[in-house]
Amino acid sequence: MMRARVAFSGAIHIATPHDAATARGAGATAPQATTTAREASATAPHSDVAPRDAGQRLLLADGRLVAGDEVVWLPPFEAGTIIALGLNYADHAKELAFNAQEEPLVFLKGPGSLIGHRGTTRRPADVKFMHYECELAVIIGRPAKHVRRAAAMEHVAGYCIANDYAIRDYLENWYRPNLRVKNRDGGTVLGPWFVDAAAVGDPSNLGLRTFVNGKLTQQGNTRDLIFDIPYLIEYLSSFMTLAPGDVILTGTPEGVANVMPGDEVACEIDGLGRLVNTIAADAVFGRG
Amino acid sequence: MSTAPTKIPFEVAPFRLSGAVYGALLNHRTAVAALGDRIALPPYNAAPRAPVLYIKPRNTLAASGDVVEIPPGMTELEIGASVGLVIGRPACHVSVAKALDHVAGYLIVNDVSVPHENFYRPSIRFKARDGFCPLGPAVVARAAIVDPDALGIRTYVDGALVQTTETAELVRSSATLLADVTEFMTLAPGDVLVLGVARPCPRVRAGQRVDITVDGLGTLSNRFVAAAV
Repeated sequence: MMRARVAFSGAIHIATPHDAATARGAGATAPQATTTAREASATAPHSDVAPRDAGQRLLLADGRLVAGDEVVWLPPFEAGTIIALGLNYADHAKELAFNAQEEPLVFLKGPGSLIGHRGTTRRPADVKFMHYECELAVIIGRPAKHVRRAAAMEHVAGYCIANDYAIRDYLENWYRPNLRVKNRDGGTVLGPWFVDAAAVGDPSNLGLRTFVNGKLTQQGNTRDLIFDIPYLIEYLSSFMTLAPGDVILTGTPEGVANVMPGDEVACEIDGLGRLVNTIAADAVFGRG
Repeated sequence: MSTAPTKIPFEVAPFRLSGAVYGALLNHRTAVAALGDRIALPPYNAAPRAPVLYIKPRNTLAASGDVVEIPPGMTELEIGASVGLVIGRPACHVSVAKALDHVAGYLIVNDVSVPHENFYRPSIRFKARDGFCPLGPAVVARAAIVDPDALGIRTYVDGALVQTTETAELVRSSATLLADVTEFMTLAPGDVLVLGVARPCPRVRAGQRVDITVDGLGTLSNRFVAAAV
């Protein structure tokens, strides 16, 4: 249903939420309670901030029960090719002053940029605009080559939240956005949970929210994707074979804002939980 | 999926490729020269300051001897003959002086592309197709190569020499490129950083064989065929 990959006691484990209370504590909704949790979140978006770590328990595959803050959360699956979309929400494209596109803006990211829930991302001292991007990540479960739109969803294993950071200061007009902007160490946060496709149901009506230090800064819904998930799978698989573990980060809605060292950035998606990340200064990384 | 990384002989640590392959656009003087005045005009407006990178994902990886398919509707592809640095130790924020200490070895790379003249947006559709990154025939240990910035590269199509270049013509040398890239992204053992492709690129058509020979690194050979429709 939903599972995490965590490091604990010298090994990497697959972990599941211990009970419904734990799932709520992580900001995640138990799959069968998706609708209820979504409504609760819409009316009281801050309600799950306080118990986020306190009391959150995980059941490891070997039977141990551990607290969520005793483990290191890793990306919840072993990622293969990481495919990302730019400008895939009309409002965000407008925010950045781009016109409608005929073809998706697709770029790739490397495995070195990935970190998990509760990780730390560096903000270089010399930049003026570094922003989060809350995105629905679609994880491929079956090889996909020349897949038609109607059959595309059969190739989806599940979903997670992605926070796909960018530093706009480093934008240049060559293969834009380039890796210095979008493929920085710790710049792609995935998690906390891998949630089975069956538990999510319809991925085309999920609310997305980002909070910076508890303040709501970004809000959107996957129904506003310019190129939806079936289209993206059809498009990508028309020229490259997708394999299990490949992941598509589907783009972010409007509401990106600058973040500073010390800021806590939390991205939520209905039914997928709450992905928390902290911004740190150069000194933490032995630089500057 | 591609089995190329496990098929490529690699006799020094870490003994296998990770599957992550990064390439550097415009890191060959001929590639910059080919753009001429266009480099300063829209949509680019200026020459790049930082390395411009792209990724050859795992579906593109192929070994020497593998057959590469030319997608339906295309008559020819570009051959991007180059050398790849294979990382041996994690490389994060390395200095130019110490950069090559992080290299395990070198191999030949054919960075195949669908011909395209616009470099404004990432060209996944042109660079990330199945089989578009033959590598090999083997990783040659760093100790066996005296100077990675003085390697001759010769490309043959059906046995005829179509391009001669050398790594001395790079904009950023191997050590400088590694230092500049690892300023913002850590390269892991087994990752490959491709140094840059000369322009104009030779073209290959269905039915032809491409051999790329690099001093000390052997010959990477692949046959190109039309994809079944």
